[in-house]
Amino acid sequence: MTSPILQVEDLKKYYPIRGGVIARKVADVKAVNGVSFDLYPGETLGLVGESGCGKSTLGRTLMRLEEPTGGRVLFEGKDLAHAKGKELFDLRAEIQMIFQDPYSSLNPRLPVRDIVIEPLEVHKMGTASERLDKVVALCRRVGLKEEVIGRYPHEFSGGQRQRVGIARALALEPKVIVADEPVSALDVSVQAQVINLMVELQKELGLTYIFISHDLSVVEYISDSIAIMYLGRIVETGKKETIFSNPTHPYTRALISSVPNPDPRKRRVQVAIEGETPSPVNPPSGCAFHPRCPFAVEACKKDVPALESFTQTDDPRHNVACIRKDEIEPHFKN
Amino acid sequence: MPLLEVKGLKTEFRIEEGVVHAVDGVSFHVESGETLGIVGESGCGKSVTAMSIMRLIPDPPGHIAGGQILWKGKDILSMPDDAMPDLRGNEIAMIFQDPMTSLNPVFTVEKQLGEVLEKRFGLKKEGARARAVEMLEQVGIADPSERIKAYPHELSGGMKQRIMIAMALMCEPDLLIADEPTTALDVTVQAQILHLMKKLQEKVGAAVILITHDMAVVAETCDRVAVMYAGRVVEFCDVYRLFEETKHPYAFGLLKSIPKEGLTKEDSLATIEGIVPSLIHPPTGCRFADRCFKARDRCRSEDPQLRDVGDGHLTACHFPIEEGDE
Ligand SMILES: Nc1ncnc2c1ncn2[C@@H]1O[C@H](COP(=O)(O)OP(=O)(O)O)[C@@H](O)[C@H]1O
Ligand code: SF4
Ligand SMILES: [Mg+2]
Repeated sequence: MTSPILQVEDLKKYYPIRGGVIARKVADVKAVNGVSFDLYPGETLGLVGESGCGKSTLGRTLMRLEEPTGGRVLFEGKDLAHAKGKELFDLRAEIQMIFQDPYSSLNPRLPVRDIVIEPLEVHKMGTASERLDKVVALCRRVGLKEEVIGRYPHEFSGGQRQRVGIARALALEPKVIVADEPVSALDVSVQAQVINLMVELQKELGLTYIFISHDLSVVEYISDSIAIMYLGRIVETGKKETIFSNPTHPYTRALISSVPNPDPRKRRVQVAIEGETPSPVNPPSGCAFHPRCPFAVEACKKDVPALESFTQTDDPRHNVACIRKDEIEPHFKN
Repeated sequence: MPLLEVKGLKTEFRIEEGVVHAVDGVSFHVESGETLGIVGESGCGKSVTAMSIMRLIPDPPGHIAGGQILWKGKDILSMPDDAMPDLRGNEIAMIFQDPMTSLNPVFTVEKQLGEVLEKRFGLKKEGARARAVEMLEQVGIADPSERIKAYPHELSGGMKQRIMIAMALMCEPDLLIADEPTTALDVTVQAQILHLMKKLQEKVGAAVILITHDMAVVAETCDRVAVMYAGRVVEFCDVYRLFEETKHPYAFGLLKSIPKEGLTKEDSLATIEGIVPSLIHPPTGCRFADRCFKARDRCRSEDPQLRDVGDGHLTACHFPIEEGDE
């Protein structure tokens, strides 16, 4: 079996909440609360969950855009979470990010050429003319014509701006790309163009993606494996096929059955789940999902369930964090 | 007679660069009790259509430049201004993507609901409070007598939208216009809100115009659909026909670009190449021609009109989708 390119181990990111006159720390928001997963080269891991569950914080923390509170992030064996100086600088080039809103993530005062060239300059790659050639080639590869590289972000449509964001992310030839809701702000026809581009680039360059999204149909399309997050923790992981045909954690089931189907003959009659995600400031005890869970028992309120292998499916990557996982009825897809 | 009939509506905005023809000859109708979906990508004129029906277009820069909006047979556009508040509150209600558009951040829920109840139903303080608590309960808000003391920012997006629905349906309107009501919400909450709207719609007997960019939401909730593109309605039919016998190449492309169940990375997604035309200088002929795989010369010279291509299925296209088109 191939070994993982990235191993995330018990990663934590807490933000202090301050109160009182001297702004003393009164509590923590446990945005990412002990997350572990493996990422395999050339694959796409879809990271799914609803707003505020910690997806973006996880993405930023594993790239070291945020200082982790605890845990390790091993990139080809080297710990990115604790790396310093030159080692950190070099590791950073290996993992790049694409953001949801290309408009706010691109410097509005710079023309596209300078936006894409910047990482090359920071990392002192090649001569000035080599860099420029590279920028032109990158822009062409993502579908931007050479004559537009002198233009500014506001002169582009949303889809084109996302192409600029992709070109910039590719400049240092990273191995891993963390894409945080990269198509969520785009209209569907444009969304499809950007997704196709990301898939082509992956095949061509052997890229590994962490694709963060709240949109399950997009995730189902693009992912090889999937991790479902709820309130700072991963509650289920597995191959894409496993998660969609055998969702096992009660939250995963609820999430999948809440997605409307683009077929008027497949309307749902029932609401899959009541209530809303509680605040991460003061999450419920034990399994954080217990107040909304139709399968919850007393014991669910006690301890946080570990993410453990689920053996009823023949997917070695299928892990579920639920103490009742072996008892609850298999899910039948309607 | 339909409950609402929009005929050739034109709404424009005068800006520095010129006149934006945001809605340019839009026609559709809504029958009592039904749910009409208006679907299309951002900027195609969905919200402007809704705001025109409510006569809430900011003037300047905007104004309604032509057409008719027949409400139970009477043209809203020729009603006196002082008839509008009554129409807007009692007969046609509206909710928005961002509930804060209609909730005042400095007042508690109780005060805001109470005010409407006092004004519209002449309820006194205690009565208004009791009725407001009951309303919150009806829209599925837990612990309503506590929640009612909250300020809007203390409530989640889902809860605020529930309150908006409660307020909108308070006067039992005949039509509820919901402009992207679930776009900002999580998918589990979206399912709850769509379900709640349906339940209350049935109870009150109201028709709904549901504005969305999401074809799956249309499939889930609508009886009939108007697909808009660049300020026009390009297809108007019942929901099954739209999904199963799509006629307009734009609607066809839009439906195909949604990643469907079972599709994998090995199959590339269908796309619509190109971008939406300018609404300041729209092209002559069909506005979709530059992006359309069926376009021929005639499409660039002659504007396709919305016409019946069989059994009340309307489309604005010279060469509608036929069997075998891909
Ligand atoms: N107040 C305004 N001033 C200028 N242009 C406007 C205004 N409101 C809307 N528009 C323009 O009208 C067009 C249609 O907008 P809108 O109805 O909001 O689209 P949708 O709701 O379908 O996304 C867009 O081109 C938009 O820029
Ligand atoms: S009228 Fe012509 S260009 Fe327009 S949608 Fe129909 S076939 Fe395409
Ligand atoms: Mg709108």
